[in-house]
Amino acid sequence: MRIGIVCPYSWDVPGGVQFHIRDLAEHLIRRGHEVSVLAPADDDTPLPDYVVSAGRAVPVPYNGSVARLNFGFLSAARVRRWLHDGRFDVIHIHEPASPSLGLLSCWAAQGPIVATFHTSNPRSRAMIAAYPILQPALEKISARIAVSEYARRTLVEHLGGDAVVIPNGVDVDFFARAEPRPEWRGTDEAPTIGFIGRIDEPRKGLPVVMRALPGILAKRPGTRLLVAGRGDEEEAVEALPAALRGQVEFLGMVSDEDKARLLRSVDLYLAPNTGGESFGIILVEAMSAGAPVLASDLDAFRQVLDGGAAGELFPVEDAEALADAALRLLADPDRRAALSTTGSRHVRRFDWSCVGAEILSVYEMVTDGAGSVATDERTGLRARLGLARD
Amino acid sequence: MTLLWIAVAVVLLGVYLSWTAGRLDRLHARMDAARAALDAQLLRRASVAQELATSGVLDPAASMVLYQSAHAARQAEDEQREVAESELSQALRAVFAEPDAVTAVHEAPGGPETIGELGQAVRRVPMARRFHNDAVRAARVVRRHRVVRWFRLAGHAPFPLAFEMDDEPPAALAADASR
Repeated sequence: MRIGIVCPYSWDVPGGVQFHIRDLAEHLIRRGHEVSVLAPADDDTPLPDYVVSAGRAVPVPYNGSVARLNFGFLSAARVRRWLHDGRFDVIHIHEPASPSLGLLSCWAAQGPIVATFHTSNPRSRAMIAAYPILQPALEKISARIAVSEYARRTLVEHLGGDAVVIPNGVDVDFFARAEPRPEWRGTDEAPTIGFIGRIDEPRKGLPVVMRALPGILAKRPGTRLLVAGRGDEEEAVEALPAALRGQVEFLGMVSDEDKARLLRSVDLYLAPNTGGESFGIILVEAMSAGAPVLASDLDAFRQVLDGGAAGELFPVEDAEALADAALRLLADPDRRAALSTTGSRHVRRFDWSCVGAEILSVYEMVTDGAGSVATDERTGLRARLGLARD
Repeated sequence: MTLLWIAVAVVLLGVYLSWTAGRLDRLHARMDAARAALDAQLLRRASVAQELATSGVLDPAASMVLYQSAHAARQAEDEQREVAESELSQALRAVFAEPDAVTAVHEAPGGPETIGELGQAVRRVPMARRFHNDAVRAARVVRRHRVVRWFRLAGHAPFPLAFEMDDEPPAALAADASR
């Protein structure tokens, strides 16, 4: 099958959507499909051979933060050329409602279109104002995919219609086979707790951990917190008494291999996020590596953790509950082993072999009997008035 | 001068009507494609169920229940289709209520393929139905538009109807497919 995938965010900036698209494209290529990814990228960044650059993304303020977006005639022209040259059987657009490449491709294409909605953005004013323009573009999508039941619900509320839920994929074996690193492994007296995420993004929840840490250290003084992620380390430990700061180790940005090895090594993985999550891929990765998971009780996390069966949940932003739950788990190796086993079994459904097959069956369903994707030629005025000759 | 403005307004209205008609046409095409896909998935499901019912792998009572509902689903007229397909879903859930039934089919010759096909069919039906009903909803929004009604842009195409049925797959089969 000839598949075109549209990535809305810069290929050279790391992010969940970009990784998802990279893994999906590589998975589909391994299964023998022809895949081309259209993504914003600087013209001088080295790209894998299946990625086509749609030009540089421009930073503009949008929806309360600065987003890097593609728009304008140049980008639209590149989208059209890509669609024209690719002669795809199906195109798969990610985040079609954000004002970037996704929307442009939706506008410019006709034929079998599949779209995945990743985020659960609150409805923005721009979206309400643009609704009459957005609707004719979005109604071309033949099949909508939401990455979680939560994302589906917001999609239904904001845009109407319906979507099927297909979770994000993870290469489970990559995490399951990673080699633990001795210096990150804990002992009974000095267990290790892992945290992965941006340090300076409060929604990732590190401040909650910092509030809970004194309580944990009072009972288990040897506990070490291993933090992997970008951000200001000094600022992060500011809230912590100086004597306890030595128990927090910052690993900075880690490679994919080190991330897997960290998850394989720790005695407990913490996901204290306070909101803004529509899926929770990191939980799936932690479970793949067999790490027992303690996560905040967000809708998206609850769903990934099978309602709490594959990992423990604590009330969002409740540092005391976090400390209690962490101490209970650290004192109970049997419970941790049970969580690890349940998690490893539960996580199989997120493996690319399952997720890829689901996505392919959606492609098959929309391409059955349909023509291939083409550019949506704007009919000229003469044709509309019936004056043009065929 | 006034005449010129009237002419401009008429032309603009014409362009708008033509654009809306094009949009509606595209929506109808999407809906037809989604309906065809749903039909194909429903037929596939009924065929596999019927094959299974006549294979002799299941016990006679289960075979009869499954055969009856699969047959009814395939033969149903348009008005009874939703009910018949829902009954097939219920029959499949009843037959595969215990995981033992899945194991029994698995062990028969050619069983794993049949279970694979049936698992795929019962998961694809809800997907196809969502895509179809999503297309129906989008078409309805445009069809209800004043301009579309006043100028009868939809022509004689029937008002789009959603396909409502019980499409919950048997838990044992859905789990089997995701393994």
